[in-house]
Amino acid sequence: MNEHRNTADRKTWRDYLTVMPPSILISAIWIVFIVAVAVLADVIAPYDYKHMDLLDRLRPPIWMENGVWSHLFGTDDLGRDVLSRIIFSIRISLFVALLGTFIGAVLGTTLGFAAAHFRGRVDDLIMILIDFQAALPFLILALAVLAFFENSFLLFVLVMGIYGWERYARIVRGLALSASSTGYAVAVRVLGASPARVYLRHILPNVASAIIVNMTLNFPETILVETSLSFLGLGIQPPLTSLGNMVGFGRDYLLTAWWIVVLPSIVIFITSLAFSLLGDWLRDVLDPTLRGN
Amino acid sequence: MSDTQQSMNPLLSVSNLRLTFNTGYGGWLGNRRHVHAVDGVSFDVQRGGVLGIVGESSCGKSSVAKSILNIHPPTSGQIIFDGEDLVRLNTRAWRDMRREIQYVFQDPLGALDPRMTVLAQVIEPLIIHSIGSSDEQTKQAHELLEAVGLLAESHSKYPHELSGGQRQRVVLARALILKPRLLICDEPVSALDVSIQAQVIQLLEELKTSFDLTIMFISHDLSLVRYFCDTIVVMYLGRIVESGSIEEVFTNPQHPYTQALISSIPVPEPGHKRDAIILQGEPPSPFNPPTGCHFHPRCGWQKTLCRSVYPDLDAVGQDGQLVACHVVHGRKLDP
Amino acid sequence: MNPVVIAIKILRALITVVLLVTFVFVILRLSGDPAVQMLGLEVSQEALDEFRHRWGLDRPIWEQFLSFFWNILHGDFGQSFIGGRDALAVVLERLPKTLQLMGLTTIFTFGLGIPAGIYASLHRNTFADRTIMGLTVASFSLPNFVVGIILIMVLGVTFRLLPTSGSETALHYIMPVITMATADAAIFARFSRSAMLEVLHAPFMRTARAKGLMWGAAVRRHALPNASIPIVTVGGIYVGRQIAAATITENVFAWPGIGKLLVNSVQLRDLAVVQCIVILVGVTMVITNLLVDLAYGWLDPRTRTGDSK
Repeated sequence: MNEHRNTADRKTWRDYLTVMPPSILISAIWIVFIVAVAVLADVIAPYDYKHMDLLDRLRPPIWMENGVWSHLFGTDDLGRDVLSRIIFSIRISLFVALLGTFIGAVLGTTLGFAAAHFRGRVDDLIMILIDFQAALPFLILALAVLAFFENSFLLFVLVMGIYGWERYARIVRGLALSASSTGYAVAVRVLGASPARVYLRHILPNVASAIIVNMTLNFPETILVETSLSFLGLGIQPPLTSLGNMVGFGRDYLLTAWWIVVLPSIVIFITSLAFSLLGDWLRDVLDPTLRGN
Repeated sequence: MSDTQQSMNPLLSVSNLRLTFNTGYGGWLGNRRHVHAVDGVSFDVQRGGVLGIVGESSCGKSSVAKSILNIHPPTSGQIIFDGEDLVRLNTRAWRDMRREIQYVFQDPLGALDPRMTVLAQVIEPLIIHSIGSSDEQTKQAHELLEAVGLLAESHSKYPHELSGGQRQRVVLARALILKPRLLICDEPVSALDVSIQAQVIQLLEELKTSFDLTIMFISHDLSLVRYFCDTIVVMYLGRIVESGSIEEVFTNPQHPYTQALISSIPVPEPGHKRDAIILQGEPPSPFNPPTGCHFHPRCGWQKTLCRSVYPDLDAVGQDGQLVACHVVHGRKLDP
Repeated sequence: MNPVVIAIKILRALITVVLLVTFVFVILRLSGDPAVQMLGLEVSQEALDEFRHRWGLDRPIWEQFLSFFWNILHGDFGQSFIGGRDALAVVLERLPKTLQLMGLTTIFTFGLGIPAGIYASLHRNTFADRTIMGLTVASFSLPNFVVGIILIMVLGVTFRLLPTSGSETALHYIMPVITMATADAAIFARFSRSAMLEVLHAPFMRTARAKGLMWGAAVRRHALPNASIPIVTVGGIYVGRQIAAATITENVFAWPGIGKLLVNSVQLRDLAVVQCIVILVGVTMVITNLLVDLAYGWLDPRTRTGDSK
């Protein structure tokens, strides 16, 4: 029984592709597409996202009356091309979410390892920080930090990096503790390996799948937090644009130009849905404790 | 080397070893309790000898091993290995000392990194201690894996693809590639099927000769210890209750606990039934050990003194057999 | 649970509160001169001096921290620079509107989410189950502000059925409550479904049925109470999500509650109000988490025996 479960662990990516349900496959395709859009934004965007044309404001998308081919998704209140703005917003939103997720993963993993390795006081301190994080909804924490400090792109990315660190720390701490109480971590230490080798060469690869799963689940949440803050006007600041920004600034034109709001909303929805579905699926596939249910 | 010289210069000499755990550690501000896992244990392991440590689970026999290996640094006591006190070594010196003392785990699957091939795991000790070039390391690992009975085709496999016995052979190869002088085996075969156990013990015997090993063999299986070891230490709740040569202890056990353990060994001949002494009750919790002699609540001989004073480990006879029992030493037992 | 465990939990909660106040103090001090930060540059030198003296800014840092703590303990969070009013008073007068919104949302969330989850668990792998689960996944990925904006667009702008901003009439409550309830109803649906599935397949359910208990009675008597344990444990997360959701929803619908006040204060850098809200939210969360922790201990018989381990 044991053996069977473990052989399933050794699947190649090819095996994963064949067992993907259609919804996951579509999600994966959407993610590839959206990443390509973000990377190639300069190439594929028909206009510069800051380019204004005050003579051609609030033009509807192509499928509506008065739509023109030169502005497929229409223009906004300042005559900027909505398609181009969406393309660049995707780039910024994905970049912020990616960087934020990465910072959170590194921070949380490091603190989790530190808690497991030093135990005692260090562990206590990190657990206190985790309790504290649980005591303050992240949105409120972010708003507080952004209120007290001058908002800048760097600060905003760092704040997004704090989001979810405690989940990595909890998971990694637990796994590292169980690995170093019995098992291979002790074995390697008895062989004379340094703590760095034990954590980086042995424990990290073994907890990597848990970290990756958490990252895929954290990523869409980061997108939602970023777009929410940007929607409130407290995230990405103009002239930069984000998907949340577009919705926030477009809400005044709901009556006359709904597309400014609805199109970026759809992109947020589909992207975060795709990542959530993929993350859930990855967790079920990679986490053996949940398999078989 | 003569017997007297040997006993004067043991490879490993443990004296007054204590290991106290703080448990109940439920995160910050959790409530904590102390457990004396090892409570003043002393013994020697002679060069080239095989010492068996026996006792029920949670009697502290594994904790002794983990203290010697600095997995759980001892609370107090001395551990002299070849003239050097391991307790005083700093981190750096301990890492070098690892080459001399190696450990074989009870659970070979847990002891192997699930994401590395067998060969990589056996090479790893050489990388850690920077021994030899990459080619030499690989060659040496292949040779050793074959020496422990693993054919070349299994060298590139992962631990989960092997059987339990094969995994324990990998663990042995990994431990021996550093050419240690002391090998501590913690229940090395108890996770294996009985048929495989014999093979692994036989392999251990061969390796002992070819690698010139000194072995500490921790087990709850007395027949195995009788077969494989030459001296024995019997532990009960963190303390030694009896020790001596296999010969002495098995033919003439003194402590009531040892007598009970030995009487419960199954006898191979059918029809020939030994009068097994059945121990009453479970071993008491190490959190809350009984006063006086820890064994007294389960002992048929218990007297007033046993309930208040812990008996010292004193010699019986001429052959170095030691026993911790007021009754055996004929002390004044009732006031 | 024994009193020692409860005392330790309460102590931990208190330490978290101290940490919360420390956090606010530290970011306040890191962000520049607190007097200027709090009062703005336009005030007179006397006002600055008076402020510095009242908050002890001319004294050593640890004394400053203690007096900061002391003032907060006495409900003195400083003055809002809008009308120079007491920050706590400004916040508290907005509280009822937010609590009304949260209360109605909670009724709606539970009333919709939990029955949907239980229904899905009892009809596992049917079309209804898959539809409910599909909807929950989708609503996770819909941020609050998108739900709100779409509702405004459809019900407010296109069909002109409901008012889009303010809180004057009962009609004003409908869209904000739906907006806030979407994601959380989904969470409770998923949670109650998996909690129910777990207990439905637990050995005691088989035993209950083997004893001849009817399926319905077994569900009521054994499955539901046991499934309620994990549902209670999400309570802490729920309150946190409600606070975040209210912050955004109130801004979408111009709802005069604390969330709207918070965002406005952040925009105006009205720091006295911001720190007041942050600390109140934090204390609320700490108390909620503590209660959930204690309720868990009370509900789960395994931790009720008095032995800590």
